[in-house]
Amino acid sequence: MGGSYGSTLRYKSVERLKPVGKHSLIGASGEISDFQEIMRYLDDLILSDNMWDDGNSLGPKEVHNYLTRVMYNRRNKFNPLWNSLVLGGVKNGQKYLGTVSMIGVHYEDNHVATGFGNHLARPLLRDEWRENLTFEEGVILLEKCMRVLLYRDRSAVNKLQIAKITEEGVTISPPYSLKTFWNFSAFENPTHGAEGSW
Amino acid sequence: MFRNQYDTDVTTWSPAGRLFQVEYAMEAVKQGSAAIGLRSKSHVVLACVNKANSELSSHQKKIFKVDDHIGVAIAGLTADGRVLSRYMRNECINYFYTYESQLPVGRLVVQLADKAQVCTQRSWKRPFGVGLLVGGLDESGAHLYYNCPSGNYFEYQAFAIGSRSQAAKTYLERKFESFMGSSRENLIKDALFALRETLQGEKLTSSVCTIAVVGIGEAFHILDQETVQALINEFEIAGEEAAAPDQAGVDEPPAAAAGDQAAPGDEGAAPMDM
Repeated sequence: MGGSYGSTLRYKSVERLKPVGKHSLIGASGEISDFQEIMRYLDDLILSDNMWDDGNSLGPKEVHNYLTRVMYNRRNKFNPLWNSLVLGGVKNGQKYLGTVSMIGVHYEDNHVATGFGNHLARPLLRDEWRENLTFEEGVILLEKCMRVLLYRDRSAVNKLQIAKITEEGVTISPPYSLKTFWNFSAFENPTHGAEGSW
Repeated sequence: MFRNQYDTDVTTWSPAGRLFQVEYAMEAVKQGSAAIGLRSKSHVVLACVNKANSELSSHQKKIFKVDDHIGVAIAGLTADGRVLSRYMRNECINYFYTYESQLPVGRLVVQLADKAQVCTQRSWKRPFGVGLLVGGLDESGAHLYYNCPSGNYFEYQAFAIGSRSQAAKTYLERKFESFMGSSRENLIKDALFALRETLQGEKLTSSVCTIAVVGIGEAFHILDQETVQALINEFEIAGEEAAAPDQAGVDEPPAAAAGDQAAPGDEGAAPMDM
């Protein structure tokens, strides 16, 4: 939910998860104004897609590839959109999850993350993700990841949204907060095992 | 069709509200050698008659692969057909590059039709003199479209264009209701039968025709000569004289009833037409 201004977390209610068309959802991190620009591109794309008025529609795979082309081409012009994006969706029973970075690096996987999520959350997901997780189990696992990221961030706000995409469509939860515990002994003397650091 | 004072420019209307140049372009399609298309729920078959200028020359190419999931058969000015095929291939490739997904055939034919329409509304252009039977797959299954020089397009269960196509259409009109549920083999068989109708007595062999298939799980490809000849032999539809009366399901070819539209036949066709 946070939007930074340099190193300050200035805006604390920014929606960084947005639905795209009927089948997809995008999550962004990085420069919020660039994300807003990306949303304009995507809204135009979906509009043109709908205007054909035929039985076809762009699915998450197509949207992901379109975004990859946009990000990569901007990088090549030395004028990147400063975002890391996560793109997920379901179409005709097929699930899709992919990511694109500001330089156009893109891949699909069963779990993806941006920024520090790659270092803190992905290891947890690698250990605990399974193909047949239920939605509730998935939420618990994601909350576990988000909690770690919250604890380890020097300027974060305890406010998040979870989104769900199924064949029926996209739902994004209202913002809520995680239960935290700050009295771990490790938090009491953080430099205990590393004297001299801070 | 007779000459009149409104037929010089494509941008001149006749008092009856007709654009004669566009209609003349459609005449060019009728002069080309026959092309036939049929589709089922999962497959599209394109078939065409191959005419060579002389025994010494090779056959004119009338069926083009546009992408793994789309192919086109043309009738009329083959040069125009080749240029439009290149356009279609380009569109498919560009779409795949951006979306990593196949261009739905329904959208391709609209783009093609819009391109043809432009040539009916510019004084410095002429309409394309080629009709295209576009067969392809998209999310909703197999589709067959006919694109006209006028810029119109229609979806068909089965269709035939070019000279003596009326004979094929008559055959298809009798059988088309069963096509949706047809197997791939029966669809090809019907295409060969329909093709034979346009030959009006000439023997159907794999050297005078080309067959192409596209289907769910089957990329667009042209069947090779041996396969086609084997199919012809199997269905025993080589010619009217060989029509086996005991063969169940083989339709006796109707007497070449259609005193049809290509009045002078192919002999008088200009060299650029096929």
